[in-house]
Amino acid sequence: MITEFTPGASFLGGLTIGLAAGLLLLLNGKIAGISGIIGGLFGKFFGEDKLWRYLFLLGLIIGGFICINLIPQQTAKDIHFDTAWVIAAGLFVGVGTSLGSGCTSGHGICGLARFSKRSIVATLTFMGSGFLTTYILKILGVSI
Amino acid sequence: MKNLSALICGVLFSVGLGVSGMMNPHKVKNFLDITGNFDPSLAFVMGGALLVSALIFRITLKMEKPLLAESFALPDCKQITGKLVLGSALFGIGWAIAGICPGPAYANAGVWTPSIIYFIVSMNFGMGIIKLAKL
Repeated sequence: MITEFTPGASFLGGLTIGLAAGLLLLLNGKIAGISGIIGGLFGKFFGEDKLWRYLFLLGLIIGGFICINLIPQQTAKDIHFDTAWVIAAGLFVGVGTSLGSGCTSGHGICGLARFSKRSIVATLTFMGSGFLTTYILKILGVSI
Repeated sequence: MKNLSALICGVLFSVGLGVSGMMNPHKVKNFLDITGNFDPSLAFVMGGALLVSALIFRITLKMEKPLLAESFALPDCKQITGKLVLGSALFGIGWAIAGICPGPAYANAGVWTPSIIYFIVSMNFGMGIIKLAKL
């Protein structure tokens, strides 16, 4: 499916994401890495250092809910993927971000913003792997 | 206060994801499809996000402590490990298959479709087994 090139909206959204990540460090001293925030809940689901994680995730869901209602075409509202593929994708993302200590936000934004060498390597790796996987799936004729 | 700020940062973060197009899996998949329906929009998301976050981080990390907490919680590992590279490569595979990464997965929770629910559950399961196995 072809999508429209939206440099203005994407840049504006990017500025907002950067502001949210910047404020979380400035106010709370925390890194806005979504996989890290979720990962910190495993082992012990309650206790100190847990509440802010639940509230940040709740905020993500609330903000997302606003977008789903105001700009549904820019969300996953009408996405219906093949079940087996979507489960496989979720497992790859979960296992990968956990082993790699971060995802698009933790490495790609917060890590790069503080010039972490690990994050530069991680970002280049998942982008490269993403481009390559997309290309291979296309050659194989897989469309999920 | 610091709990309220975490909630507000979460809302702001996902509004940014939505406006930028990151919550739309087709847009993410097209960004990765450089030989097909390539849509470079997401490069602008990263540019905008880095511009603001790098600026705020630079000012913030010169402070002794954050405004509402006692200390900064920053990753202290500096080494490039095989685990980092392998994990990131696996993440890239999953990201390309569905066009969804952890932030947009949660932000999209409200659509409540089988695809999103399966994705969030399997992603959390994947994270959980690695954490609990202490790999």
